Amino acid sequence: MANTETTPVLQAKNLVKRYGSVTAIDHANFELYPGEVLAVIGDNGAGKSSLIKALSGALVPDDGEMYMDGEPVHFSTPMQAREMGIETVYQNLAVSPALNIADNLFLGREIRKPGILGSVFRMLDKRKMEEMAENKMKELGLLTIQNIMQLVESLSGGQRQGVAVARSALFGSKVVILDEPTAALGVKESRRVLNLIKEVRDRGLPIILISHNMPHVFEVADRIHIHRLGKRAAVITPKSHSMSEAVAIMTGAMEADGSTPVE
Amino acid sequence: MTSDDQKASVAISDHDKVADQSSGYTLSFKHEYSLSERFQRFLQAYPVAAPSIVLIVAVICFSVVVGDRFLHPFNLSLVLQQVTIIGIIGVAQTLIILTAGIDLSVGAIMVLSSVVMGRMAIDFGIEPSLALLIGLCVGALSGLMNGLMVTRLKIPPFIATLGSLSVFLSLNLWYSKSESIRSQDLDAGAPLLKWMGESISFFGANITYGSILMLLLFVVVWYALNWTSWGKHVYATGDDPDAARLAGIQTDKILLSVYIVAGVICAIGAWALIGRIGSVSPQAGTTANLDSITAVVIGGCSLFGGRGSIFGTLVGALVVGVFRNGLALAGVDVLWQEFTVGFLIIAAVSCDQWIRRGSA
Repeated sequence: MANTETTPVLQAKNLVKRYGSVTAIDHANFELYPGEVLAVIGDNGAGKSSLIKALSGALVPDDGEMYMDGEPVHFSTPMQAREMGIETVYQNLAVSPALNIADNLFLGREIRKPGILGSVFRMLDKRKMEEMAENKMKELGLLTIQNIMQLVESLSGGQRQGVAVARSALFGSKVVILDEPTAALGVKESRRVLNLIKEVRDRGLPIILISHNMPHVFEVADRIHIHRLGKRAAVITPKSHSMSEAVAIMTGAMEADGSTPVE
Repeated sequence: MTSDDQKASVAISDHDKVADQSSGYTLSFKHEYSLSERFQRFLQAYPVAAPSIVLIVAVICFSVVVGDRFLHPFNLSLVLQQVTIIGIIGVAQTLIILTAGIDLSVGAIMVLSSVVMGRMAIDFGIEPSLALLIGLCVGALSGLMNGLMVTRLKIPPFIATLGSLSVFLSLNLWYSKSESIRSQDLDAGAPLLKWMGESISFFGANITYGSILMLLLFVVVWYALNWTSWGKHVYATGDDPDAARLAGIQTDKILLSVYIVAGVICAIGAWALIGRIGSVSPQAGTTANLDSITAVVIGGCSLFGGRGSIFGTLVGALVVGVFRNGLALAGVDVLWQEFTVGFLIIAAVSCDQWIRRGSA
């Protein structure tokens, strides 16, 4: 459980993003604390995907500050955010089906052999990558030893999502952002991915979970950031509020303190 | 629901209980497969398997039907010589097809490069090795042009290279003035250009340097595809460009590099072509584009990109070579050779479709 005394791993203050006359992010604040699963919920058009894009470097805000571990940061590309240790798993199962699990985990970040083989002949250190991939997958409880060379296309949707999450856990040294990780999955597969989220959290990596699925959010989240009209409407916990209260805050039918808004 | 399906679903639900109970293995990778599914998966994991089986069966059949004449080292080395050009161009074509593209201009790039090599050396008296280098540059520039059309102008590869096919062939006819450069002139002025036609003999077999060059190219490109980041990125780009971009790969750079490398390989093919026909002819190798696609497809590469092995193309080229040679030795009319090759292409693509269906 998050301790509000500590410095947030990732923090945003007064973020603003305008598209012409539309304000997608309207002086939004955001905090993610070490070791927590923070769910971000909001109605369609509330601007939560813009907020997430700003946090992952896919969008450059017009105004506002961002901090990692209290230090000011500025991302202009997703690559920069990634180099800082923020890994994003995208909604549309961003894995390459024709490559095997190990190749997918290291895609775009392959490790070369040391010495002349690596520097001149650009030779990949397959053994090292396979070992690291295998360790990570086992650590997350994702597979048995012989399967690391399996092609991703032979996996089910949930297993593919598992590979994507493992990739983020392998490289995300600070933050993992999961964008609707269960949206494309069946009931059982969703369950496995939720278990995986807890597993990653228990290993100390904080997670930002974007989801429309209230039962999923209430099951795994430590805190819930409710986004409404481009800014944070409330931060609640699954213990302090019920699902219907969360939906009420999300849609504006209720204020975070429980009162009905005065129009 | 068939009994197999029921068994499978029971197995899965059983497994789920186990998975839910033990926190250790939240996602399991265990399934039970039928025999045909296993075969499908085997072919999926080893794309070279299917064409290799066809090649082995063909060799056995022809050695039974035709006899010793077919299996004689001289004849086998002849097959290798016959597939040399298509093999080299096939390497270039494989790279393009792995990125889910297609290159109709490979043959044209080869002929254009060969004409430039020949004229530079003979008509302009440039040092043959320099002429060779200029020819390679022409290949690289041609590939660059294709690549820019595909990545910058976003023209589909089929259309882009259909256009450049005509452009390169016209340039070729203009630059060569539709005239060949005779073998004697090459012998006198630039023997280096014919060097790929030289051969080493042993046990009655005649292996040309061109064939050795082809095999070397296969090994080099195999290494690049399987042991370097570039190779992994080529596969990823062809497989799912969006996923590749999200993984941080600059797919346009990869595509551009693939077209340039393919152009250079075509120009290397030009050197082998001069050796093979012994002269420089603007009419040579114009069907190399379709023949190379044939070799790549029979070799098990998927036209949808991201799937296939470079050695599959070598096997595919050999399958075509063996069928043509074997049928010719058996006294079968040329038109039935064409028929057989056509049949093989259709069979190979159906096989690919079947494998891909299994992965859905």
